[in-house]
Amino acid sequence: MGKALSAMRRTVRLRPVGFVAALLIMWHVAAARQSVHLLPGPIDVTAGIAELARRGLLLKYVTASLFRVTWGFTTAAMLGIPFGLVVGWWKRFETGLNPLIQILRPISPLAWIPISILWFGVGDMAAIFLIFLASFLPLTVTAMNAVASIPAVHLNAGRNFGLSQFQLIRRVLYPAVAPQLVIGLRITLGIAWLVVVAAEMIAVNSGLGFLIVDARNAGTRYDLVVAGMVLIGLIGLLLDIGMRSLEKIKSLRWGYSED
Amino acid sequence: MERTTAIAHVGSGHFAHGINSELTRQLQAEGIGMSFTRDGNLIRVLENINLEVAKGEFVCLLGPSGCGKSTLLNIVAGFIAPTQGHVRIGGEAVRGPDPRRIFVFQERGVFPWLTVEGNIAFGLSEIPKSERIQRIAHYVRLVGLVGFETTYPQELSGGMKQRLEVARALAVNPDMLFLDEPFGALDSITRLIMRGELLRIWEAERKTIIFVTHDIEEAVQLADRVVVMSARPARIQSVVEINIDHPRDISSRAYLELRDGIFEQIGLAHKV
Repeated sequence: MGKALSAMRRTVRLRPVGFVAALLIMWHVAAARQSVHLLPGPIDVTAGIAELARRGLLLKYVTASLFRVTWGFTTAAMLGIPFGLVVGWWKRFETGLNPLIQILRPISPLAWIPISILWFGVGDMAAIFLIFLASFLPLTVTAMNAVASIPAVHLNAGRNFGLSQFQLIRRVLYPAVAPQLVIGLRITLGIAWLVVVAAEMIAVNSGLGFLIVDARNAGTRYDLVVAGMVLIGLIGLLLDIGMRSLEKIKSLRWGYSED
Repeated sequence: MERTTAIAHVGSGHFAHGINSELTRQLQAEGIGMSFTRDGNLIRVLENINLEVAKGEFVCLLGPSGCGKSTLLNIVAGFIAPTQGHVRIGGEAVRGPDPRRIFVFQERGVFPWLTVEGNIAFGLSEIPKSERIQRIAHYVRLVGLVGFETTYPQELSGGMKQRLEVARALAVNPDMLFLDEPFGALDSITRLIMRGELLRIWEAERKTIIFVTHDIEEAVQLADRVVVMSARPARIQSVVEINIDHPRDISSRAYLELRDGIFEQIGLAHKV
């Protein structure tokens, strides 16, 4: 019985692997049978990734992209979350600031590319600034909403036990908003990863976004274009798995249940 | 056992009940009124509430839903300032919540990010570690949560969460407990068990308790005195002393007479 159960679990876990394998085979067959060359097959793409690794570009570009995301995203988190918490905590700020936030929000971070190049020139800073812009508002809004949704009973209970304003923030407000902040961080990291690739296509000359544009411009190497896309997808998946593991922390888990 | 009940009528400012001594009087609410405006209309919630509670007494505030009894409890606890009158506890005016008087909300008041131990220890950060550990262990035992020390509230039943909240309140050794329909969200069997538990704890710790409920049976089972409140704007309609020793026989004549007396006062025939 236990054996059957664990065998069943194993097949459940293998399901996505099987599905991806089937897709790869279909991709391979379709690519091999095409009369006009529209898409490189999986073997060409794998060879492309191997070539990048051999030339030392794989590590260089992945590191360059991750470096920009790390700086832009971390700075946005360190400024945006406290800012959002403060704004959410003192309601008067919120009514004052909300129109401005709602005007800035629909402007795609990519619309800021010309401005950021004007301010920072072509280089890392421009890309980091774009990621910062893309991450700052979503994190601010997440933090604002998280504060607004803290049940009054928790704040009243905290005050009842004689907590000062500072203790109340550290011992009630912060743990109460943490689960929602983790979700906000996970979604925003996804956005940041989208934006870094776009920014690298224009504002810098390294990274996975640059790889895609460069492979097309310099010799129409579509195997390297798709290799870049595959790498972006795989790293995105790893980032998401990493952020998801935070949701398993015991003191956060209450925030994700139905109850 | 003799029944020496007086159903006292409440006039403006004065009412009669058994406790008159300056020494035992712990809480005084004088001329409490509460009103607010909503959509331009003045809504009066409470009107001229006068109430005294003695040390160690168990008082139930009883009234229909939405009558303002919770508002009165929140005023007494210092969460809301009344628009008229004032509350004094131990001679000093209430200006805000105070760890000497803990408010017990419905079961949702426990902190979901802390374990059972963490919740009980919440108000104990100022005391030395060895004493803190002792107190946690004591109150875990008192409310029957042994074995669940490191469990998060999410995994506890409604009744266990409620007991946890009572333990968290008692752990800071308050003078008074304010309970706002604490068993309202529990099923009727758990509710009966919880009443017994609360009385057991009250007899062990002898805190002053003010307990808000809309359940007549609950009030008569628990309280030394039942303060019957009218519909909004709430006034104190009467104060009923329940002079029956615990554990109370809820099919005894004395109990039934008191219960039916309150039913009549509220204007309900005891028939469905």
